[in-house]
Amino acid sequence: MNLKMVLKGLGTLLLCEAIALLPSILVSSIYKDGAVMAFIYTLFLLIIAGLPLAKLKPKANSIYARDGFAIVAAGWIIISLFGALPYYFSGSILSFGDSLFEAVSGFTTTGATILDNVEVLPASILFWRSFTNWLGGMGVLVLTLAILPSVGAGTLQIMKAEVPGPNPGKIVPRISNTVRILYKIYLSITIIEIVLLLASGLPLYDSFIHAFGTTGTAGVSNKNLSIAAYDNVATEIIITIFMLACGVNFTLYYQVIKGNVMALLKDEEFRFYIGVVIGSIILISVNLYGNVYQSIGESLRHSSFQVASMITTTGYSSSNFDTWPLFSKMILLLLMFIGGSSGSTVGAIKSIRILLLLKSTKIEMKSIIHPKAVYSVRLGNKIIDEKTLSGVKNFFFAYILIFVVAVVVVSLDGFDFSTTLSAAAASLGNTGVGFGDVGPLGNYSNMSGLSKAVLSICMLMGRLEIYPILVLTMPSLWKK
Amino acid sequence: MKIIIIGAGKVGYNLALELSKGNHDVTIIDNYSEALAKAEENLDVLCIKGNGVSTNILLEAGIKDADLLIAVTDSDEVNMVCCLTGKKLGAVKTVARIRDPEYAMELAMLKEEIGLDMVINPEHAAAEEIALSLSFPAAIDVENFAKGRVKMIELKINDEMPVAGVRLKDLPNKNLQSALIGAVLRDDKVIIPKGDFQIKNDDIVYVLGNTSGLINFLKLCDVAQVKIRNVMVVGAGRIAYYLSQMLNDMGIRSKLIEIDREKCEDFVSYLPDALIINGDGTDEEVLKSENIGEMDAFVALTGMDEENLIAALVAKQNGAKKVIAKISRTNYMGVIHKLGIDNVICPKLITTRHILKFIRGNSVETLYRIVEGQAEILELIATRGSRIINTPLKKLRLNKDAIVATIVRKNHVVIPHGNDVIQEDDRVIIITKDKNISELDDLL
Repeated sequence: MNLKMVLKGLGTLLLCEAIALLPSILVSSIYKDGAVMAFIYTLFLLIIAGLPLAKLKPKANSIYARDGFAIVAAGWIIISLFGALPYYFSGSILSFGDSLFEAVSGFTTTGATILDNVEVLPASILFWRSFTNWLGGMGVLVLTLAILPSVGAGTLQIMKAEVPGPNPGKIVPRISNTVRILYKIYLSITIIEIVLLLASGLPLYDSFIHAFGTTGTAGVSNKNLSIAAYDNVATEIIITIFMLACGVNFTLYYQVIKGNVMALLKDEEFRFYIGVVIGSIILISVNLYGNVYQSIGESLRHSSFQVASMITTTGYSSSNFDTWPLFSKMILLLLMFIGGSSGSTVGAIKSIRILLLLKSTKIEMKSIIHPKAVYSVRLGNKIIDEKTLSGVKNFFFAYILIFVVAVVVVSLDGFDFSTTLSAAAASLGNTGVGFGDVGPLGNYSNMSGLSKAVLSICMLMGRLEIYPILVLTMPSLWKK
Repeated sequence: MKIIIIGAGKVGYNLALELSKGNHDVTIIDNYSEALAKAEENLDVLCIKGNGVSTNILLEAGIKDADLLIAVTDSDEVNMVCCLTGKKLGAVKTVARIRDPEYAMELAMLKEEIGLDMVINPEHAAAEEIALSLSFPAAIDVENFAKGRVKMIELKINDEMPVAGVRLKDLPNKNLQSALIGAVLRDDKVIIPKGDFQIKNDDIVYVLGNTSGLINFLKLCDVAQVKIRNVMVVGAGRIAYYLSQMLNDMGIRSKLIEIDREKCEDFVSYLPDALIINGDGTDEEVLKSENIGEMDAFVALTGMDEENLIAALVAKQNGAKKVIAKISRTNYMGVIHKLGIDNVICPKLITTRHILKFIRGNSVETLYRIVEGQAEILELIATRGSRIINTPLKKLRLNKDAIVATIVRKNHVVIPHGNDVIQEDDRVIIITKDKNISELDDLL
């Protein structure tokens, strides 16, 4: 492995994180909330750690797949460690372990929290928590790529390891331009949402927080009751639409901007994703109508918000869905596993993988009927090769395996069935909100240290699609 | 520039490598995922899997905004159709590789009908290069500038040459009136020498000048300039076909050895006058029985790099005066120079060089690249309005990494000194380590 190059990449990343602290420092000085020194200390530590590493001069500039994976996995762990410092220094969270859980949850856009009452925290700390969502949504390293003036071809490996989906590709020949385009789209969506939320009656600060939480599909709020605190239909509709929009593959937006609107409608993953959303909304509305809500409008309002929130792994709640009938809750749990499209900011398994698995299963059945027939899995009019397919199948297995392990570990804490299952699913899928004790009104503060550690790892694995973190534990990665 | 390359083979890959380094946005289209995967891993380019002939794929690659389409798949027909479709869809310029000798005859018509802006025939270009180097047998390589009025020779210095160990300014002036050492390759590094530069054993020098100037320089080096009369060629491929024709025109007798009987017969049907021997060109006995010791030059052109190298070494050992080997894999280059093979021809690099020259635009007349582009020798034409003309060179503050090597005025070749002036319409030959020079004003 090209260790020097990896270290240099990490150094640059730390410097970028230092820059990312600046908005929070600004917020802190506006609100005079007393947390400004916590950020300044962190800033200095980041520069002290990052500068010498970034100045390294590696002999070779090449980055191979394993270097890319190492940079991404180690990078996410390191930025989470430093990202936890403001919580700890400001005294908002007393133990460093809990601060780290909160930071990991922030960067991985999970939005799981151990805070019982977020409303008492300094404004700048809450802003930092949301800002990490926004950074983590699109990818911190990808942002580094966008900022760096010249990046070589090898950096595609970093993008592959960080951007969600089985086979993320470039949309224009140069990787740096690709990343810049994606970030411009992301930034535009965020700005539009901030403006719309302001118009719907939210204060400026709350608009920022919720726009970050939505576009990063993290679901972090500055209210204990999440979106339910506002009880504002317009806000809910805006957030619903933007959650769904951020669950769409961003390269499709590029196609639309280029004038190819049909690309969006023809995309099979997009159609599947929208199909699942509409199907789930109808099923849950029917289930809720007459049971929980007495009007169709009210059922639709909450079911659509909650479906969007769960499939995009955001985790906002517009009502306490823990009190909903079991059927609705089960559908929400399933959505937590499916997730949105590849190349978006969502977590979980991703629609494209589910779609490919379904198609592959269908072909398996067909080939029982015609054993000698030759079939191929198609997506749109492209044939998906065997290697990608087996990658998808292996990923699915690994995902379920990690989920099962996490469930077993969390079960040691002795919570009820739905809390244990949903905590693991919500962490691994980066949703954050589950049922029972970790439901819309609850949080993760009662979990044991072991559970919090395991769930933190699950969040990182979920965000980076499992392999980068797993590869990090392989001894052969570190050998010469 | 937005460039689309169809075909991720050796040439396509190499072109993409050079072009993406040079700030061009490159998209590669290929049908084979393995070739694409290699390009995607190593280059900063966009790769699209599919058939380059297909309109949809070309549109996906952004043919509408493309400045240049280069078709270098292994099929001539595919290349032609790609360029035809590409041009219709909006590519500004198209370049196709067409290698079949039968099409080569009708190139002018093809260019017109298909709207090709450039046709590159790697085998023909390679044959030209070999024929040129046979015209200066003492040199490793020869290149024409200014339509042949200026030549550049590449020469390896050894201990026996009187110039070894001499400083440039101490060289006797009369032999150097119309020749100049423009660049020196030492330990794989290119040096642009100044007056107190000392020539050493094992240096490779690049000398520019007119023919008589170069012959004088060779005399100074104690290298006899013999005319080549007999050449032996191994491997009856396309290069051999073009080369045989060229040698025939130059009045050089050639003898061709080919192991495959059928190929021999094909060859005779194309070139009825050629002497073809059916035998193994790497077999010492075959070579000896065909008088290898009496040959002025030996050219190995089979499809296998290793066979070419071995055959060349065997020939050298048995007394062939100059041996040339064709290789297709450039990663051997470093090793081969140490083996004692006089000249190595790589069609892939020649093709790349020709296309790169084309891309640089019309102001660059000739482009020669030393050691994979570490330095370049460019031929430019001084145009009216250039800030460089009509001022003595010593008064111009020229780029430190570049020198003005030769000025060609009508038929007159000038090796410039500080007082010389570049005039309008002069052909100026420049040696530079800076890759961003594409017109004379870039020197300032």
